Amino acid sequence: MSPVPPANTEATSPEERSVAALRRKEALSRFALAGTLVFLCALFALTTHNHVFMKSTNLINVASQSAINTIIAVGMTFVIVTGGIDLSVGSIVGLAAVFSTGVMVGGLGFTIGQYRVDLLPQLPGVGGVLIGLGAGLTVGALAGLFNAMSIVRFRVTPFIATLAMMLIARGAGHLYSVEPIRGVPPAFIWIGQGRWLGIPIPVYLALTVVVIGWAVLSKTPFGRRVYAVGGNEEAARLSGIPVGRTKLLVYVASGLCAATAGTVLAAQLQAGDPKLGNAYELDAIAAAVLGGTSLMGGRGTILGTVLGALIIGVLDNGLTMLHVSSFAQMVIKGLVILGAVILDQARQRP
Amino acid sequence: MAPATESPAALLEMRGIEKSYPGVRALDGVDLTVREGEVAALVGENGAGKSTLIKILAGAQHMDRGEIRLGGAPVRVDSPSDAMELGIRVIYQEFNLVPQLTVMENIFLGREPTKAGLVDFRRMEAECAGLLDRVGAEARPRDLVGRLSVAQQQLVEIAKALSQDARILVLDEPSATLTERELDRLFGLIRDLRDHGVGMIYISHRLEEIFEIADTVTVLRDGAHVITAPTSSLTREDIIRHMVGRELKDHIPSTTAHTAGEALRVEGLTRRGHFHDVNFVVREGEIVALAGLVGSGRTEVARAIFGADPVDAGRILVSGQEARIASPRDSISHGIGLATEDRKSQGLVLGLGVSANVTLADLRAISRRGLLSRTLESRAADEYIDQLKIRTPSRAQLVRLLSGGNQQKVVLAKWLFTDSKVLILDEPTRGIDVGTKTEIYSLMNDLCDRGKAILMISSELPEILGVAHRIYVMREGALVGELAREDATQERIMDLATGGSNG
Ligand SMILES: Nc1ncnc2c1ncn2[C@@H]1O[C@H](COP(=O)(O)OP(=O)(O)OP(=O)(O)O)[C@@H](O)[C@H]1O
Ligand SMILES: [Mg+2]
Repeated sequence: MSPVPPANTEATSPEERSVAALRRKEALSRFALAGTLVFLCALFALTTHNHVFMKSTNLINVASQSAINTIIAVGMTFVIVTGGIDLSVGSIVGLAAVFSTGVMVGGLGFTIGQYRVDLLPQLPGVGGVLIGLGAGLTVGALAGLFNAMSIVRFRVTPFIATLAMMLIARGAGHLYSVEPIRGVPPAFIWIGQGRWLGIPIPVYLALTVVVIGWAVLSKTPFGRRVYAVGGNEEAARLSGIPVGRTKLLVYVASGLCAATAGTVLAAQLQAGDPKLGNAYELDAIAAAVLGGTSLMGGRGTILGTVLGALIIGVLDNGLTMLHVSSFAQMVIKGLVILGAVILDQARQRP
Repeated sequence: MAPATESPAALLEMRGIEKSYPGVRALDGVDLTVREGEVAALVGENGAGKSTLIKILAGAQHMDRGEIRLGGAPVRVDSPSDAMELGIRVIYQEFNLVPQLTVMENIFLGREPTKAGLVDFRRMEAECAGLLDRVGAEARPRDLVGRLSVAQQQLVEIAKALSQDARILVLDEPSATLTERELDRLFGLIRDLRDHGVGMIYISHRLEEIFEIADTVTVLRDGAHVITAPTSSLTREDIIRHMVGRELKDHIPSTTAHTAGEALRVEGLTRRGHFHDVNFVVREGEIVALAGLVGSGRTEVARAIFGADPVDAGRILVSGQEARIASPRDSISHGIGLATEDRKSQGLVLGLGVSANVTLADLRAISRRGLLSRTLESRAADEYIDQLKIRTPSRAQLVRLLSGGNQQKVVLAKWLFTDSKVLILDEPTRGIDVGTKTEIYSLMNDLCDRGKAILMISSELPEILGVAHRIYVMREGALVGELAREDATQERIMDLATGGSNG
């Protein structure tokens, strides 16, 4: 009953023992995810031919394949912690992919009669790549801003607002270019296919996004506001938290993350295809939820999301190596997500 | 441990109840006996385990050890529906109403009267109206519960509990949100039920009520059973001593106001349908109370000043300067803070820890170079955990898991931490135990000494009379009077509050 004094040396009283039990439980739940990951890796290592799953080349493959989803899922985690959802990320991936490569190879402009107006020039080399990347990220941020406007200003529910953006961004990508845009500069391809110390550049990018996301969510006042808004919006408002601005920023962040993923993906494939990113929102949501983010808002961590994304990546890779058909893979993935969430909820109960 | 009296047979016996949560031993061998037609009071400090005992009786929590007997026979109460079947009705401290549903839908939730397989709304409305009338609620059957004031919601809870026959009725701090008049009504109701042989458990931090209504008193301290005795054999001081385990003076420390400049001035404040043309002043170093019946518009005025609700007309001046306030954010930046009356929905983020909630309204104060500082955050939390005696196993404990009174303390702590110039406290001691109440009053006095202005809304007249330097009384959305402390009496306040009809 009485509050337990902090920093005790010996756990003796019942209270102290039960605090110790609580700590154990917390630690256990944190390791449960990591444990699942290790278990899956061991399983695939044992079942794949010649243990190829555990070969460093394949592990690097897994990391590289998970990078895209991880980047998207970090933004998604922010959104879900505020109690929202972003269904438009997959479409933003496609839009950013096609737009960034388009600007890279052709600049941005339009013609009125016989005049051509250049908004963005087509530069050779790295300059052009940077302009293209900037264009891709900007369009993602704008799509996020548009989402936020519908949600904050016009009070559209996040599900509907981002569902609309899912259509808008996908359509816009195809309007911009029906065909995949090819002939991208080598400097751009390096972003997707280059390596440093043997590890693909996308992995470094994902790591950077993760570290920034983790720091912002867990170490800054903004991150605290994100939790407060998702946990109890009215209490947050009455505590002077700028609820609208907080939401706006998370949707912009999510759009930015999706656009980053889109450009990286285009670089990997050496082409900006407007069809890219189809259904990616589902993997991102799954990663966040697997990682313990609550769709009710107010709860979730970046670390959990990363583990969630890795579990999905390992499953995808391992099952493919075992020649499990893609439909069977879907069934298995669905069951794993369901099981993880059920376990998580059981853990949450007091 | 129960006194050997030859009163009617024991209706309910709880024996040796034990319950632990992680880090908390909530109940450690508690006994409670209720006889037919008896009101058993359950008292103890915040976090003593009262609500936990009730939740176990209601099947909402499972005990680790112990026995429950009903009419002499051991029973198992594994779920709320078991409890319902046994005739146990509980009015919880934290409401369990669905805000999106109407009053009648809430009252008949899960057992709607039907006609030909369809819900018979006519009958539901008629029965509901009868129940609301019985408890003296102003709410109508078709009102949305989420739109009702806290007091009305409380009355709806009571009506809901009474909508089915009860053998045992539990009231967990029903009075915390009611004013005298509604309370009188409730006591009438309790006496009526008592005459019908219903056994009742009554929890309250207001000891006057215990003496008025209870036959026996059971005191819990730190989850342990201290004493059960007939109310008539105990004095107020006895009960307090048993509660806190030592002598404690529970008089309200009063200070004189050292008023200086004007801190808050409200002119012609109007919100149509809620209050009109409200004018008043709070000076630095002064505690001003806003008295009135529930529904008189006090909370609405406070929310409007704070920018939580829009106003139709009027000006707000802070330190003599007109303040443009369109949101709580604006008012906070002008140095105004509001501790709301409804902690669960407006005051707290239940899924965050104690320290995160305490510091939520002033994140800048715990940030260094754009990053949250755990050290500063912990220091702030520890200070208030200590000062307000917040009972929690750690500062990281989720607020959701604290007892009702301790949650209230966290809300207070949040606003004390902001260091506002003007603090508006809406029912600051609701649900808080006697010992800590005194603590809070002296804290308010300290703040005054430091030149802060406090506007307090309270439905407890002794509290108003004891703490406030000046009193404004509201009735039906208008300020109807001002009283200096020297001239104020319970009667004069009630006279003004009721328009003299109900002195
Ligand atoms: N679900 C839970 N998990 C962890 N601790 C809990 C839980 N429920 C209650 N507690 C703890 O058990 C103790 C007893 O709580 P309880 O709600 O019974 O107190 P109470 O006597 O009703 O207090 P109050 O007067 O503030 O309402 C408190 O310390 C509280 O923090
Ligand atoms: Mg309680």
